[in-house]
Order: sequence, then structure tokens, then C-alpha cells
Amino acid sequence: MTGVAAGGTVLGMGYGGRPARAAQPISAQRQLTGQRFELELESRDVNFTGRVRSATVVDGSLPGPILRWREGDTVRLRVTNRLAVDSSIHWHGIIVPTAMDGVPGLSFAGIRPGDSFEYEFTVRQSGTYWYHSHTVFQEPTGMYGPLIIDPLEPDPFTYDRDYVVMLSDWSDDRPEQIYARLKKLSHYYNFQQRTIADVGRDVRETGLAATWRQRAMWNRMRMSDTDISDVTGYAYTFLMNGQTPEQGWTGLFNPGEKIRLRFINAAAMTFFDVRIPGVKMTVVAADGQNIRPVTVDEFRIGVAETYDVIVEPGDGAHTIFAQSIDRSGFASGALTTDAGLAAAVPTMDSPPVLTHADMGMRHVGEHAGHDMGPGISHPQTEYGPNVDMRAEMPMYRLHDPGIGLRDNGRRVLTYADLRNLNPTADARPPDRAIELHLTGNMSRYMWSINGVKFTDAKPLELQYGERVRITLVNDTMMHHPMHLHGLWSELETGDNAYLPRKHTVIVPPGSKISYRVSADSRGRWAFHCHLVYHMLGMFREVVVS
Amino acid sequence: MKNLHVNRLARVLLAVLLTGSVTVAAGISDDPLLAKVMVNELEWRKRAGDGAVNWDADAWLGKDINKLWLKTEGVYAGGDTEDLEVQLLYSRAIASYWDLQLGWRGDPEPGPSRNWLAFGVRGLAPYFFDIDAAVFIGAGGRTAARLEVEYELLFTQRLILEPMLEVNLYGKADEASGIGSGLTGLELGLRLRYEIRREFAPYIGINWWNKFGDTRDLAKAAGEETDDLEFVAGVRFWF
Repeated sequence: MTGVAAGGTVLGMGYGGRPARAAQPISAQRQLTGQRFELELESRDVNFTGRVRSATVVDGSLPGPILRWREGDTVRLRVTNRLAVDSSIHWHGIIVPTAMDGVPGLSFAGIRPGDSFEYEFTVRQSGTYWYHSHTVFQEPTGMYGPLIIDPLEPDPFTYDRDYVVMLSDWSDDRPEQIYARLKKLSHYYNFQQRTIADVGRDVRETGLAATWRQRAMWNRMRMSDTDISDVTGYAYTFLMNGQTPEQGWTGLFNPGEKIRLRFINAAAMTFFDVRIPGVKMTVVAADGQNIRPVTVDEFRIGVAETYDVIVEPGDGAHTIFAQSIDRSGFASGALTTDAGLAAAVPTMDSPPVLTHADMGMRHVGEHAGHDMGPGISHPQTEYGPNVDMRAEMPMYRLHDPGIGLRDNGRRVLTYADLRNLNPTADARPPDRAIELHLTGNMSRYMWSINGVKFTDAKPLELQYGERVRITLVNDTMMHHPMHLHGLWSELETGDNAYLPRKHTVIVPPGSKISYRVSADSRGRWAFHCHLVYHMLGMFREVVVS
Repeated sequence: MKNLHVNRLARVLLAVLLTGSVTVAAGISDDPLLAKVMVNELEWRKRAGDGAVNWDADAWLGKDINKLWLKTEGVYAGGDTEDLEVQLLYSRAIASYWDLQLGWRGDPEPGPSRNWLAFGVRGLAPYFFDIDAAVFIGAGGRTAARLEVEYELLFTQRLILEPMLEVNLYGKADEASGIGSGLTGLELGLRLRYEIRREFAPYIGINWWNKFGDTRDLAKAAGEETDDLEFVAGVRFWF
């Protein structure tokens, strides 16, 4: 089972600072197909930075092998834990019975060292997904891989070739160490803080009074407008299919071919903004589910999301460029008709700066006096040392490309572009509304929902068969990719007759977002922020009974 | 006797710290027990006539809400500890940016050893001022108050200027310790550090201090300096 880690990295493949793109072997993507799978969870030495570190991997490679299933099949996966600690595998975005969902403590007890667990379920969907350990600090050290399900009926688009493009972030620092540092000094990894020179430039450009007004809110709130990513390129090497930008993952194609790229964000903490300079991308699926195709130059992919795009690149080499949302680094690779060609890697955009609107604040300098409607009320549990802000005026911002992508001259995908290709399966109006506030204290590095962390919270109870409308309000200055297990999150993007089905929904800072959920599967489900250092607190058990 | 009290206090505080948190799935807690040691100042000071080593450090052990704090500052010169203060505090997060800190302060040097009960708040005020404010109650009706304010100005991501201010007030004269009543001292510092890593930063700076009122007279009578502008060089580090 543990073959050559193609598309992955094993010891000795560290870069030596050479421009290795043309010299690297073309990465065939290791793929396991069929209905029966044997997977081993184990630890392997890797070297992405010049230093050898121990990773936790699936079946010997980072990322793990592509698992390729077929819609309608019953798959059996025997997962053996060769680690010295408990482990687990969760099938991200796959609708499975609760006992097969792979969440220790909710679905099952986890897999003890030396033990095996046999997952068995019938596959009732198709598209691009992924799998990862749900044992908290194993996923960031490499325990993830792509999952492809071929449809029973052919997809309503054609392509000649498909590649998985799995993006992730690797750190030589252990997750426990990163978490401890964030708790001791929350801006530990932020090297884009405002300096005296930035203030001087603002004063020159906008005047002293405007600069003061602009800064005043941030200063009063004791927050930083450059606080975009908790963990940055200072700690991370960004990977594309397990390869560093220096190694440069490369996908070959023949001239004239249409290629389906299956983008998966398997990062622990990093959102990526993805483009292929000079090549239009037609987005055909989001989170594995087909949407009405929309052609864009660029898209933002949140942690745990997937997007499928169709591209028709011309002859030659084209860079797939995925810059981190805070522009502290990038993953990159190439599509090429000729392995000897190298494509230029673009420079990163400038780091984004949060605006007052991104904080959901009423007093937006540019629109002072503009009536923005009624405010919002917050649960009492949001008032205390564990919460540092509450949005005054969270807005639906589906048409907003988001920080760092606004007015950049490129057509950027937004959530407003997502329309299901098929009519909404459950057309009933929601039976009830649930509003949840995403909360935290950045400087204490505490995260919660409604100000209550997981260990202190009661489960969120849903009646079997009911249809609920969940509204998430972001009372923090971070983006949170909220993942509901076991049930689809049908995102309200404008046309309720064609709600796109997602498993992970990004809630940008200072905004709110609504989706509908049919509680059509009994059991205990996890619902959490997929940023690994947020999820311990920003987590709820959802019980459908 | 004092040590006995300190030990008992430490045991009680540790018990408070370690309760009240459960681990989640997979044995990793959102709120692990952590410890941090922060040596804010460890520096050589060029004084009028001689040099001295000065330190200002603190350490904590605990979780998000409850922590045990240790603070110490002092001056060592000419083979002698001229000034030494230690605080052992229970710290509780009471607001988004503020911790309440209660406990014991001891001043072994200079003069006779004094013990105080300490009541303080520590945190970040609007406009990013780092504040540590406390009142102290000692034996024989002694009282004291202190305010420390720090600020950070970033020239670059690693070159950081830190102005600081410290004001001390005493309610009652303590001549044996060289303290008069009222405003006793004011200290202003300006330190420019370079963070080679977040955890390690050498710095240079200046430190000015002045004694006031009776405290100033007591120092004068003892033949000590009453104010000084000092050049400082040191390292700031934490782990």
C-alpha cells in the first residue's frame, strides 16, 4: 500500500535553493480506487525547509493518496493506527451515518495505537472532497488527503484530464508549540503590523485629522487592522500537492486539452487566493457540488473548502499561484505542455488591511451619517473576559470579494456567484431560525460560539426532519470557515430555488451569513471552525434526534 | 514564618488553577496549563559614579482565566543587592483586556524587610497602553500605590521603541527604608530593542528617575543620589 509518494514528499526531497521547477519529476498523483481500502496512519520524517521533522501521514505520503470512489458504491476502509497515540479519519463533506464520521468522542472512541477501525458506508454523492485526521493536532502535521467520487451520471461538463491541487501549510514547529505561542503573544506570527512609517505615510496622504479618525477606532478597540492570519508565512511553508514553491508541483497536459483542476484547501490555518495568470477558470463545483458554471480570474478558498474549475490553457507553462490571504507567502506550481518550460511566478499583492466595515462597525468613516438600519443584539454570554468585540452592524456581504481582493482589476469569485446546478432538494421554508455568534478574544487567544466554548456548551439540538435556517454572525476580526458534519449547509446566495450545498462556509469578519439545514440524518455531529487553533473552543456538538 | 505563608498561599492558588477545565475529544484541551517567563529588563546601567545591574521580570503559570503570577525587580551593584522586590499574585481575567491581581509583595531590600498585601489590575488600555496599577497595604498602617505604563512604537517589524513610566506613592513615611510620605519617585525610560526573534531582543536606552519630597531629603541625608539620567543596555527575553 505504501508506494512511491508521488505528489507527496518523503525524506530527502527538501529543496536546496535551486530553481528546480524544470528539473523536478512530473508528479503523477498516487491514487487508490475500488471499494475496499486499507490505510495506515503513521509517522514519517519529512523535510520541507532543510530541517527534518516528523509528520503524521496517511499511507506513507503527505498528502495521503487520492481515494477514488464511485457514487452508489458501498466502500469499506480499514484504517490502522501505527502511531503511538490515538488517531482517526474523518471524510470531510461526505454524508455518512454518524458512527462512520470519524470524530473521536462523538462518532466513535477513536482508533487506539495498533488498532484498526473499519469504516463502511454507501456513497451517495459525487465530486471533490478530502479526508483528514479529526484528532486535533494531527491534521496540521500532514494527516490529510484528497477524495474524489466519480458520478453515476456524467457531470454536465467535459474535460480531457483532471488534477487534484491540494493546498496546505506546513510548519516545522509542533502544533502544541504554535498554540502555546499564540496564547502567550497572539501577534507572535504577524510581521505586518503597522509601523511609524505607515502612520507617517497616512498623515502625508490623508492629513493628520483623517489619520487620527481612521486610527482611533482601532486604538480604542486595542486591535490591529493587519491582523489577518494568526499563523503566517513566518512559520509556514505553503504546499501544493505536498511540494514547496521551490520544488514546484507540475501537471503536464497536451496542447488543446481541457483540464479539470480539483482545488482542495487542506491547510490548518491558511486561506489562499488562487489564480493562473493569463488563464480563465470556469468554476463548476463548490465543496464537491456542481454549480452553474461561472468564469473568473481568481477565487478565494477558505480552509477545508473545495472548488473544481475547468481551464483551457494555451501551449506552454502556466503558473498556478495561491497566495496566502495575508500575503505572507504562497504555494505555487505549474501546468505545462513541456516539462522543460518554466513559467514566471507573479509577485504577491500587497497585504490587506481591515476596514471599519470589516469589523462590522457602525461608524464607517467614509459613510458617516449613512443610515445602515438597526443593529444586532448579542447574548449575555458574550460579555466577559473571553470576548473582545461584538459587531455593531454585521452585514450580508455575499457580493464582496473580501479583503485584499476588492477592486484588484480581476474577476473574483464571490459567494453570490454560487448557484446550485440543480433545484433545491428540500424546498420547504425553514421551520425555525437559529442565530449563532462566532466569538473570541484575540489577545487571550480564546475562541467560542456565543461566548461559550465547547467544553462549557450544551449540544445544539435539532429535531429529526426539521428544516432550520442558521445565521452565523461574526463578532471577531478573523475569517472563520464553519464546517457542519453530516448535514448539508445550503447557502442563501440570492436564489432560494437553487441553494448551493456546502460543507464549509466562510464567515468573513464583521459579516453575517445564512444557510438552511435539513436535519435528515440522526446522530451526534460536529460543528466547528476549521482553523485548527480555533476549533478547540469554537465548536459545538449538534444532535439530531 | 513568611515562607510558611507563601507556601500555603502557593498551594491554594495552584489548586484553583488546576480545577475547572476538562479536555475535549482526543485529549487536547482548548485551555492547556501554560507557563511564561518574561524578562522585560535585564540590563547594565551606567550610573553617576558606578554601574549596576537592573532587572524587571515576571512569570506566570496557569490557564486562560486563572493564573499564578510572580513579579520581581531589583538592582545589584558592587557585590550587593541594593534593591529587591518580589510579588506573588493570583491573577484572574475579569474583562476582555484586564486581569485582577491579588497577593503578596515583599521588599527585602533596602532597609528592613517589608511585607504588603497587593491589589492590582494589569492589562491593555485603549490606545494600546500597557498598564500595571496596584495598591499595597502593609503592617502598621503602611500604604503604597504604583502605576506603571508602557507603550510600543514600531519603527520596523523588529525595531521597537518602548517608552515607560513608573510612579510610586506612599501613604506613610518609612525612614528605615528611605521612604517619605506622598509622591516618592518617578521613573521614565526609553528602550530601543531589536527582536532577533520574538523571544529575544537586545536593547539600548536611557532611564531617568527622580525622588521627591521627604524621600529626596532622606536620600540626600544618606549621601545617595536623588535623581539620575542613566544609559542602559540589556536584553529582553521570554519563553
